[in-house]
Amino acid sequence: MSVSVLLAVVLGLAVAFYFLGTRRAFGLSGGDTRTLHSRPNYYGLLTALWVAIPAIAAIIAWRLLQPGFMDSILVDSLPASVLNQEDSQLRLIVSTVKSLATGGISSGVEPYMMDAAQVYSDARATASVWLAIAALAAGLIGGGVVLLKMTSDTRARNRVEQIVKLVLIGCASIAILTTAGIVLSMLFETIHFFKSVSFSNFFLNTVWDPRFSSAGRDGGDTGQYGMIPLMVGTMYVAFVAMLVAVPIGLLAAMYLAEYATPKFRATAKPMLEILAGIPTVVYGFFALMTVGPFLRDTGDILGMDIDARSVMTAGIVMGIMIIPFISSLSDDVITQVPRSLREGSLGLGATKSETIRKVIFPAALPGIVGSILLAASRAIGETMIVVMAAGVAANLSGNPFEPMTTVTVKIVNQLTGDNEFTSPQTLVAFALGMTLFVITLGLNIFALHIVRKYREQYD
Amino acid sequence: MTTISEVSTSSAAPSLSPEVARRLKRRYAAERRFQVYGLSAIMIGLAFLVIMFTSIIQAGLPAFQETRIRLDVELEADKFPTDPAELTADGLRLVGWTGMIQKSIRDTLKPEARSDAVLMHKLLSPNAEVAVRDAVVDDPSLIGSTLSIWVLAAGDVDAIMKGTIDRNLPEEQRTVNDKQLTYIDRLDADGRLRKQFAFTLFTAGASSYPESSGIGVAMIGSLFMMLIVLMLALPIGVAAAVYLEEFAPRNRWTDIIEVNINNLAAVPSIVFGLLGLAVFINFVELPRSAPLVGGLVLTLMTLPTVIIATRAALKAVPPSIREAALGIGASKMQSIFHHVLPLAAPGILTSIIIGLAQALGETAPLLMIGMVATVFTYPATPMDPATALPVQIYMWSGLPERGFVARTSAGIMVLLGFLIFMNALAVFLRKKFERRW
Repeated sequence: MSVSVLLAVVLGLAVAFYFLGTRRAFGLSGGDTRTLHSRPNYYGLLTALWVAIPAIAAIIAWRLLQPGFMDSILVDSLPASVLNQEDSQLRLIVSTVKSLATGGISSGVEPYMMDAAQVYSDARATASVWLAIAALAAGLIGGGVVLLKMTSDTRARNRVEQIVKLVLIGCASIAILTTAGIVLSMLFETIHFFKSVSFSNFFLNTVWDPRFSSAGRDGGDTGQYGMIPLMVGTMYVAFVAMLVAVPIGLLAAMYLAEYATPKFRATAKPMLEILAGIPTVVYGFFALMTVGPFLRDTGDILGMDIDARSVMTAGIVMGIMIIPFISSLSDDVITQVPRSLREGSLGLGATKSETIRKVIFPAALPGIVGSILLAASRAIGETMIVVMAAGVAANLSGNPFEPMTTVTVKIVNQLTGDNEFTSPQTLVAFALGMTLFVITLGLNIFALHIVRKYREQYD
Repeated sequence: MTTISEVSTSSAAPSLSPEVARRLKRRYAAERRFQVYGLSAIMIGLAFLVIMFTSIIQAGLPAFQETRIRLDVELEADKFPTDPAELTADGLRLVGWTGMIQKSIRDTLKPEARSDAVLMHKLLSPNAEVAVRDAVVDDPSLIGSTLSIWVLAAGDVDAIMKGTIDRNLPEEQRTVNDKQLTYIDRLDADGRLRKQFAFTLFTAGASSYPESSGIGVAMIGSLFMMLIVLMLALPIGVAAAVYLEEFAPRNRWTDIIEVNINNLAAVPSIVFGLLGLAVFINFVELPRSAPLVGGLVLTLMTLPTVIIATRAALKAVPPSIREAALGIGASKMQSIFHHVLPLAAPGILTSIIIGLAQALGETAPLLMIGMVATVFTYPATPMDPATALPVQIYMWSGLPERGFVARTSAGIMVLLGFLIFMNALAVFLRKKFERRW
């Protein structure tokens, strides 16, 4: 029985027990539900929960224990001559047997593997039957105990609400689990990576040349993993993007907040925000198809050599994408500056633009800086635009019209190839991802800190 | 030294000293300039939007039409296996389809030389054989008769018919030579050529030929992922928001959770892809390229958005509702599940739709978990390999053939269509059910 079918059966059982529990509560009340502690449906819910929770707990426990247990059965079934081989060789055999057992076709199948696969799939079949029996038994016992012990004084509602609250807390903690998962998984793989590549080869090296996955295995050098050119490329593209987005975004925000009529504002602001809602792959294609060739043709006319894929192409398009991040956030900050400051300045005879530049802008500056930093972190972590428009060659040059590559491009490149997962060529992606995560997290925290610390408190 | 009365009289008078007048003029000019800067900044932003949309629509519209050629294929009975059990797509693979189709186009156009036959065959998409085979599998009684069928024309013929390849160019600059042009004209004159709506675009999977590739598999993959995101992110996100907004005590732990959620919302999406690769694929050993893994990764990515927006929706329900419920004897849990949540439902619905729209357009994390696969067949379950709409767009954008530019743009138009629909729905729901307290 597959796990999804089992889950469906468990849920069906829980529903059945809900009705049993409700009926029993009616029976206990003798027709007058006011004599019960809680409303009858809470008794039903309590019964149903005590069916579902033990059964699902049994399933989850088995899913966690299963891989190790099944692997040991598999390894035991292999002949002794096979077990003497190296660890990596053994792991390969185990995975071959597994794919045989699940119906996949592998090359290099030997007779003993077929036997082991038979043992393995038999064990799996037996295990799934036992799992079904255990889960259903756990559910039946849980529900049965609740039904038998139920009295009209059972505090059914309170107990149900306790369980519901625990579920709510669990859901809220998923955010923490996600962060922990991100940090731990990347840390784990990064440590793996630094076992075969030195720190200086990663952080201080200016050459990016990871070679192919076979390079390290033949005893030759493992390649060079200098992240400096990638980091410089990332910063360069982000810088060009900010050059485009900051002036446009800020001026747009000031106009929207101070000059625009309500009607114009109600149309223009959502229109600008569309820019933030367009998928980045669309921007990438726009860069590739329209902006890149346009820049190249312009370069031809001016006698300059401009690549279609370049820092400039990616930067400009990315800049367009983050305009609304700056304009919307800054607009919110600017409108929050109190009226009295505006009126004071206008009353002294300043023109509107002077008021904006000399009074409102300084007052809103912390918020504006925060929005710019958030936009910068978005630009640094952006992937699709640079993958499609910035180029893949890791060269260190100051010319914005040449292709450069970025951290995110290399993460994608290293992981979409056919490299073995344990090779440094693949693991370097996690080291790069970790670096990216730390930088963007730092920027975000710094931005929030600036907003909080330097916010002018009015009223 | 002027006294106050002198200043007031002089400012009342229209005559200003020349220096003041000049300065005033400069200040007013600066004022106007500043306004123009602001307005033009907005216009530049909107202009980019318009340029992007027009360039994509211009490139993509032709892909919504396809050219088909009518062939009369003689299905000679002696070429087919006699055992009815073999009349499946697999069993019929080795039948000489190519020969049959070549014969059919030869009979239609009557070549003068051998080399002309090759040119004629090139007018047809390689997909034509599959189309004829499928027709036979569907209806084996056709064997022995002549099948009249509209098959896809090759991508170059399609481009000629749509005018994306200029037929007046010198012959050596065209991928279709003069002889082929005359064939196309003859087919057209015979009524054997027609343009129709490109259903292939919406039903087909991956293919190496632009005319027979489509977003069908990608749409199913995206649909599976959206269902998974909906089923997971909605309950988990709402539960988390309810806890944080209604139950959580103000302490260190809830502070940490809150900061965490805000930070997660700003983590680059590619990092979620790395998480999915390390945890779901390498640790839990779920299959690569499966919509299930994609759905899980996208769920984790959209959860912060859903939680933040749901909390705002809960906050908008006035405390009087809660107090009234508590006052007539409801428990806290009852007041929230029976009264606050139903009132916040429109806001929650809006937030989940916006979260789904965000997830639908996301590409980078899906590249990490191997959704960049060439998939020809529809996935039956979320565990089968599939691809996603934005990933399909990304893969097409890297292909050199001219036909794929149109395919990519058309894919983008479909994707944007879905996104616009979802966002419009969210706005509509908010407008319709919004309640001011």
